[in-house]
Amino acid sequence: MAVSDVVTQRAFARAPRRGAATRLLEDERWLAAALLLPTVILLGLFIAYPFVEGVWLSVTDARVGVPGHFVGLDNFTMLWNDSIFRVAVRNTFVYTAVATIFKLGLGLWLALLLNRNFRGKAFTRAFILLPFIIPTVLSTFAWKWMFDPTFSVINWTLFQLGLIHARINWLGDPNLALISVIIVNVWRGVPFFAISLLAGLQTINPELQEAAAIDGARAWQRFWHVTWPLLLPVTMVVMLFSIIQTFADFQLVYVLTGGGPANATQLFATYAYQIGVGTGLLSQGAAISLAMFPFLLIVVVVQLLYIRRVEVH
Amino acid sequence: MARVVIRNLNKMYNEVHAVKGVNLEIRDREFVVLVGPSGCGKTTTLRMVAGLESITSGEILIGETVVNELPPMDRDIAMVFQNYALYPHMSVYENMAFGLKMRKFARPEIDQRVREAADILGIEDYLARKPRQLSGGQRQRVALGRAIVRHPQVFLFDEPLSNLDAMLRVQMRVEIKKIHDRLGTTAVYVTHDQIEAMTLGDRVVVMKDGIVQQVGDPLELYNAPTNRFVAGFIGSPAMNFAKVGVAEEGGTICAVGDGMRLKLPARIAERLRAHIGDEVTLGIRPEDLYLASGDGADGLSFAAVVEVVERLGSQILLDVKVGSGAMVAAVEPTVQARVREHLRLRLNAERLHFFDGRSEIAI
Amino acid sequence: MIEGAKWRRWLYFYIPLGTFIFWLLFPFYWMLVTSVRPDRELYRPWMAPNYTPFWTAHPTLEHITNLLTETLFIRWMANTLFIACVSTLISLFCGVFAGYALSRLKFRFAGALGTGIFITYLVPQTLLFIPLADIIRNFHLGDTPWALILTYPTFLIPFCTWLLMGYFKAIPRELEECARIDGATRWKAMVYIIMPIALPGILSAGIFAFTLSWNEYIYALVFLSSAEEKTVSVGVASDLVRGDVFYWGQLMAAALLGSIPVAFIYSFFVEHYVAGLTGSVKG
Repeated sequence: MAVSDVVTQRAFARAPRRGAATRLLEDERWLAAALLLPTVILLGLFIAYPFVEGVWLSVTDARVGVPGHFVGLDNFTMLWNDSIFRVAVRNTFVYTAVATIFKLGLGLWLALLLNRNFRGKAFTRAFILLPFIIPTVLSTFAWKWMFDPTFSVINWTLFQLGLIHARINWLGDPNLALISVIIVNVWRGVPFFAISLLAGLQTINPELQEAAAIDGARAWQRFWHVTWPLLLPVTMVVMLFSIIQTFADFQLVYVLTGGGPANATQLFATYAYQIGVGTGLLSQGAAISLAMFPFLLIVVVVQLLYIRRVEVH
Repeated sequence: MARVVIRNLNKMYNEVHAVKGVNLEIRDREFVVLVGPSGCGKTTTLRMVAGLESITSGEILIGETVVNELPPMDRDIAMVFQNYALYPHMSVYENMAFGLKMRKFARPEIDQRVREAADILGIEDYLARKPRQLSGGQRQRVALGRAIVRHPQVFLFDEPLSNLDAMLRVQMRVEIKKIHDRLGTTAVYVTHDQIEAMTLGDRVVVMKDGIVQQVGDPLELYNAPTNRFVAGFIGSPAMNFAKVGVAEEGGTICAVGDGMRLKLPARIAERLRAHIGDEVTLGIRPEDLYLASGDGADGLSFAAVVEVVERLGSQILLDVKVGSGAMVAAVEPTVQARVREHLRLRLNAERLHFFDGRSEIAI
Repeated sequence: MIEGAKWRRWLYFYIPLGTFIFWLLFPFYWMLVTSVRPDRELYRPWMAPNYTPFWTAHPTLEHITNLLTETLFIRWMANTLFIACVSTLISLFCGVFAGYALSRLKFRFAGALGTGIFITYLVPQTLLFIPLADIIRNFHLGDTPWALILTYPTFLIPFCTWLLMGYFKAIPRELEECARIDGATRWKAMVYIIMPIALPGILSAGIFAFTLSWNEYIYALVFLSSAEEKTVSVGVASDLVRGDVFYWGQLMAAALLGSIPVAFIYSFFVEHYVAGLTGSVKG
């Protein structure tokens, strides 16, 4: 292999003539525009546009088949005076708050348990996520069957254990219905919290725990002073997603109780469906949906600010 | 002709003026090294030559073509990165063939070139392996091979050896030099390591704060630095500096500083005539300091107290205190010296450098 | 590290973990048992003595066969599969491009667009379903799978984009720069270099998107009306309840079979799914 061969084989590539399209796509800005175009179109058409139309609908008196006229904030005033709406608001806040607290607590506990090494850990982790993976409607029907007033397996077990004598009407008793619904929501959400928090836990350097242990901190002190602060960023993000999904939840309640009994489990979403689709009062339904927005916005802003502050540190 | 001409090159990042009016002509087949501390603009300049950064003002020519507007792929250059930048999902062969594939070379031609480059670099056995199966040194060879197969007009190197351990660095330095001698392609090499610069470069460009400080062959920079920065940057251990006042005493010009009073020989003294009464910076390299015998009547020695003795085997470095300042002397390994010992050091007057007290330019 | 006596380990670890696992997985077990339990065993009141409450001595396939032959269940499964696959593909297509653009290209509105896309992820479907129903009708997409195929990406794309941005950001810039010097256009560098390296991320996003599509309900409920077009969730909830009577055996069979495709795909890609879930959270 002579050196001269290498040298004489030099091919001076003359800059080739490039097509206009190629040249355009070399420019960062045009390429970005081309890449983002499909997304912007889809999101614009099916999120931005409906959002605007939703706002418009909520300030009209449109009904199915009947175009609406501008009525200002009439719909909102009507809602404000609607006792069912007020119940729905209260229910949604209670539902979200209680479910989130339990999901966080139980999810954290489960994450701490899964953080140890034991046989079958990977297997367990995979199975644990099933409630979150399986379509909500389908698993919710299983719970509905388990809660059935006449045939509930839960009631049967409790009775056999001697813990109850009269049946528990999980879904039919107005005092219990919200609790039952919360139980199912928590059941579905704990795996999401657990796996996410587990991932967060695994990024924490175990040496920090060991140093704290040597310093004399006991288990719960180690958790509170070392683990928890380092877990906070992940926790906040998980809670952001969870709160929004839970606040706007529909499937679960719709399948289990449809909003009843006597509006005991009525939420924003189920009420909006009932009014907008059920009775055809589109404008009012839209108003109910839109009423969710301020709260969601506050949650999002608070969390984003928190995340921004953590990043700055 | 594969020369690279850089004219009045400037680069602004928002408010930061990273490269200020750089002018450089790199001749065909020359190996030029850009060297300087972090943030001096050397990498930015290289990336502008590559087309990875936009040019704020000025011109760059490769060969006879002005390449300002050309994208990297049309400039006929090849680049070797600090982090090797090997495509992790491709084998060594595919890594090296990628550029040729992009330019639609025929398969047999690609094969020939890849094997040829692999042969030059001694990596024929690794062609089927993936980068993660290779050591640091092997990866760097593959990166080199990838550049070689393209037969470009210019090689660009962005601190390619910084990630290697010390011994490997020395080995690869030699390899790169050999390859350059063999292929003869014009090369522009960026590093912060002045030893690399001195050993590899036909010419070395020292940069600081975006400005070219001096251009010259390594010995020129070593013997005749144009300013204090270059003097202190080139050479290891670094040059010793001391602030001295220039005074005329009884016909001879003296340099008077903290802990030293030097009577300068006539020839050297003439250079300082215009600076009588001013403060200048004196520079003397550690290797130009010797243990003085006698009492210093010749006016070229001064007192020093030994603080640390570094025995390197081939030489001994004495870290000494002179007045309230410190200096380093590189002396023969046979010298006996102890910590806290008082001794006299003599300097080689021919090797004295002086720099203006304010502008720091060599006098 | 639970030091100390074995009883501590049982109290603090095995029992809680066991309880969690039992609670999380029992409903699926119950789904399975109910699907194969004959009707005469099924409808025993809650306090009647039941000698085999947690299993059945006479498993039967009649619920499953009835489900598959007498209802449109198979059609619903096919619909859902089609919709989920196409939506996922569209979302991956848009998500990969958008994620790449936002994480590796410099242009003026990058920050704003990134935030905008993130915000849209947080707009729940229950906020938009009423005006969207109107829009769907206006586009004459009502009661077709396309109503869902075009609207599902609205919550799939933001997620995919966000997830993929994380993966793209982890790829060193020099790989692309090197590819561009080697002769690739930006486009080719993206396709030949960046995308293959980000393949795990793309798989994760795809799996997650697939399960999210399968799980969606309110859009499917509102935009589809005829029984043949329904998805599994909607069909099971509406058509398997005839006149207020719940045929639990069949319902549970439907729930079980409807869950299988998702669980099946999930089981092959658990690592990717978990990576997708945690990647989006660690952001």
